Amino acid sequence: MSWAAIGGVPRASLVRVGAMSLRHLYLLRGSWTRLAELAYWPTVQMVLWGFITQFLATQSSYIANAFGVLLSGVLLWDILFRGQLGVCIPFLEEMWSRNLGHMFVSPIRPWEMIVGFLAVSLARTVLGVVPATLLAIVFYGFSVYSLGLPLIAFFFNLIVFGWAIGLALNGLVLRFGLGAETLAWVVIMAVAPISGVYYPVASLPSWLQLVSWCLPSAYVFEGMRAVLIDGWVRLDVMLWAGLLNLGYLAAGAGIFLYCLRAARDRGLILQIGE
Amino acid sequence: MKDNAIEVADLSKRFGEVVAVDGVSFTVPKGSITALLGGNGAGKTTTIGMLLGLILPSTGTIRLLGQDMLHHRHQVLQQINFSSPYVDLPHRLTVAENLRVYALLYGVRQVSGRIQRLARDLDIAEFLDRPTGKLSAGQRTRVALAKALINEPEALLLDEPTASLDPDTADWVRGYLRDYQRQAGATILLASHNMGEVERLCGEVIMLKRGRAVDTGAPAELIQRYGRKNLEEVFLDIARGRGRAEAAA
Repeated sequence: MSWAAIGGVPRASLVRVGAMSLRHLYLLRGSWTRLAELAYWPTVQMVLWGFITQFLATQSSYIANAFGVLLSGVLLWDILFRGQLGVCIPFLEEMWSRNLGHMFVSPIRPWEMIVGFLAVSLARTVLGVVPATLLAIVFYGFSVYSLGLPLIAFFFNLIVFGWAIGLALNGLVLRFGLGAETLAWVVIMAVAPISGVYYPVASLPSWLQLVSWCLPSAYVFEGMRAVLIDGWVRLDVMLWAGLLNLGYLAAGAGIFLYCLRAARDRGLILQIGE
Repeated sequence: MKDNAIEVADLSKRFGEVVAVDGVSFTVPKGSITALLGGNGAGKTTTIGMLLGLILPSTGTIRLLGQDMLHHRHQVLQQINFSSPYVDLPHRLTVAENLRVYALLYGVRQVSGRIQRLARDLDIAEFLDRPTGKLSAGQRTRVALAKALINEPEALLLDEPTASLDPDTADWVRGYLRDYQRQAGATILLASHNMGEVERLCGEVIMLKRGRAVDTGAPAELIQRYGRKNLEEVFLDIARGRGRAEAAA
């Protein structure tokens, strides 16, 4: 492998992506509150839904027959949510610290910046969700890892969809300023009800089902229920989720790049800060 | 021209109805220290922003170190750097962490050695392990300067490099910039409205007013041309709309 390029990617690009990731790992390392917050919400959600599941298991044959269907939904949903936040929070950190000007004047390319955000998101999501999955085993004797190999496909489809949404939101925050930062926390909430996290998509009104089937997450949660309830792996839903994700990720990156250009055109980068 | 580090032609920037920069043209010779001088709203920061690619021009061309900044910006970014009071380094990272991140972004080899050398030169070694946000304004300025010099830039663009510094620290910064320019043969373009700073540091001055370059020349030339004692009086003449002849009379 040459010094100048690794796997066809210039070494300098990999170093810059690494530097971008390092900046946020330094931040996490130096702040135990940030680190604890990563695992806090997934764990609280898991505990809450674990008790609900235990209660419903005595009341509902649906839950009794597939004990983990709600807990799996909670844990997988957090992959999507944390994946999106993992892209948005590092970008907001740059804006809060008024560091974007330095970043954009450095040799880092916009696509390298995007890859850097995705790498940070992957690390943050794993750090946030894995402890909750392990505690679910301790507290409720339920292991999301019992989903087997499909879990890998579920994980990547959900995190990629989160990345796509996160990149688009970063673009909007860049374009409209920190007044729009709330978007990073609220937009994803609108995706949850139509993703069929806790109930089948078929239970939605028919017009809403059409919207739902445009989301990769809906296919993932249908696939999850197929594994847990019927015991079979639906490759068709994984394929649809993957194809949709390609489009969403391209659209998310496109929106970010478009908004970056708009921000440069409007002279916003030097004005950004708290 | 090969001997110019910066070539700007007919540069304009409109923000809606507001014309921030209006047909500015100038050149900055390699190895010189040049000032963009003007009052608030004269277009200094917008011009620096366009030179760096942070702001897209409405019209005009910019060449930095021989490269077209509008189309080949990334080919030259490794050789330039900048500092501005409008941007900051992450406060929660230590000084050493910030410098390491930027050294890697700029592709600096032997990162630790470079940081140690800058720490010695800029007298920041004692707070390398301190969070950047916990430094005093003067210390932070020296750290910002260390970041701006991390890649030993051929061209350094500085927006108000001594703004909000006490006279002692400001004097130290000016001395350091002059030494760096001499030793590295670097080109420095600084935006300022500190007349003393410009007179002491700069070989050439570009006077901006309401987005236009209204005059250029060495500080001594401008002072003579306007028949004034110092650059501050020249600045006031230009800011108050008095022309050269009128001022000289």
